[in-house]
Amino acid sequence: MSGQQFGLALSVFLACSVEAVEALTIVLAVGTTRSWRSALIGVGAALVALGAVTAALGPALTSLPINALRVAVGGLLLVFGLQWLRKAILRATGLKALHDEAATFREEAEAARAAGELGTGFDPYSFTLSFKGSFLEGLEVVFIVITFGANQHDVGLAAIAAALAVLAVVGAGVAIHAPLARVPENAMKFGVGVMLTSFGTFWGGEGAGAHWPGGDASLLVIIPATLLFALANVVVLRRRAARPAAVRA
Amino acid sequence: MTRVRSLAAFVWDFVVGDDWRIAVGVVIALGLTALIGGTALAAWWILPLTVGALLAYSVWRVARPRV
Repeated sequence: MSGQQFGLALSVFLACSVEAVEALTIVLAVGTTRSWRSALIGVGAALVALGAVTAALGPALTSLPINALRVAVGGLLLVFGLQWLRKAILRATGLKALHDEAATFREEAEAARAAGELGTGFDPYSFTLSFKGSFLEGLEVVFIVITFGANQHDVGLAAIAAALAVLAVVGAGVAIHAPLARVPENAMKFGVGVMLTSFGTFWGGEGAGAHWPGGDASLLVIIPATLLFALANVVVLRRRAARPAAVRA
Repeated sequence: MTRVRSLAAFVWDFVVGDDWRIAVGVVIALGLTALIGGTALAAWWILPLTVGALLAYSVWRVARPRV
């Protein structure tokens, strides 16, 4: 496996794990409090809808000229990556609350209990919530798999990495039968943000007509540089936040 | 109408996210790279510089009033 393929597989695996953790929390909350059957039908329906989106978008994307594809995908990855990195930095410095899966589970479970009496048959509430949670988180997975895969001409590897991530998260969720509250979600988001931003910079630049010094090897500089810059922001912001207000004024 | 609005809100949230300046900055940087890339000048430095500037600006905008 080449370095680029490893980067692709790792990025897709981490990104999909984060999304799968979020979807699992919602499904577990409605499944345990209302109806497992309806919640699982919701997940199944979401998977069918995601399959249709993939079938429609995949060939359309891969049939674009490579430079147009790289500009479009690079731009989207950059926007996504910078948003993930921004959130991860703000969470790491305490400027934004950490994403708490246990709290989300409690809120969703509470809302599910408050949603009214549960009949004996199909439960539309469980279905809708599970469908929405799985579909919306799944859309990001599909986007990442198609864009990363199409750019590297290896959609198969991206799809395998995504499937492994979803299986690992669902397996862990089934084993402990509770939301995965101990997953270091912010650290994973930080890592994914760095990878998306780095690949977005590289592909976007190449597609727009820039020639990177060293060609593909420049990724070996772009990725650590992005990571170090993001970490430097965290360190400086933490130090500033720790200083008393009078010193800062 | 409500459905169209909620779809538009979803697409906006999905693509643009919390800070629209990031999306605008990325589009401008890609355009500049394409413009300069079409000349004899080097254009590879535009995106890394923009990424650094956008990330720092976006994060420090949130941090400024509180720190």
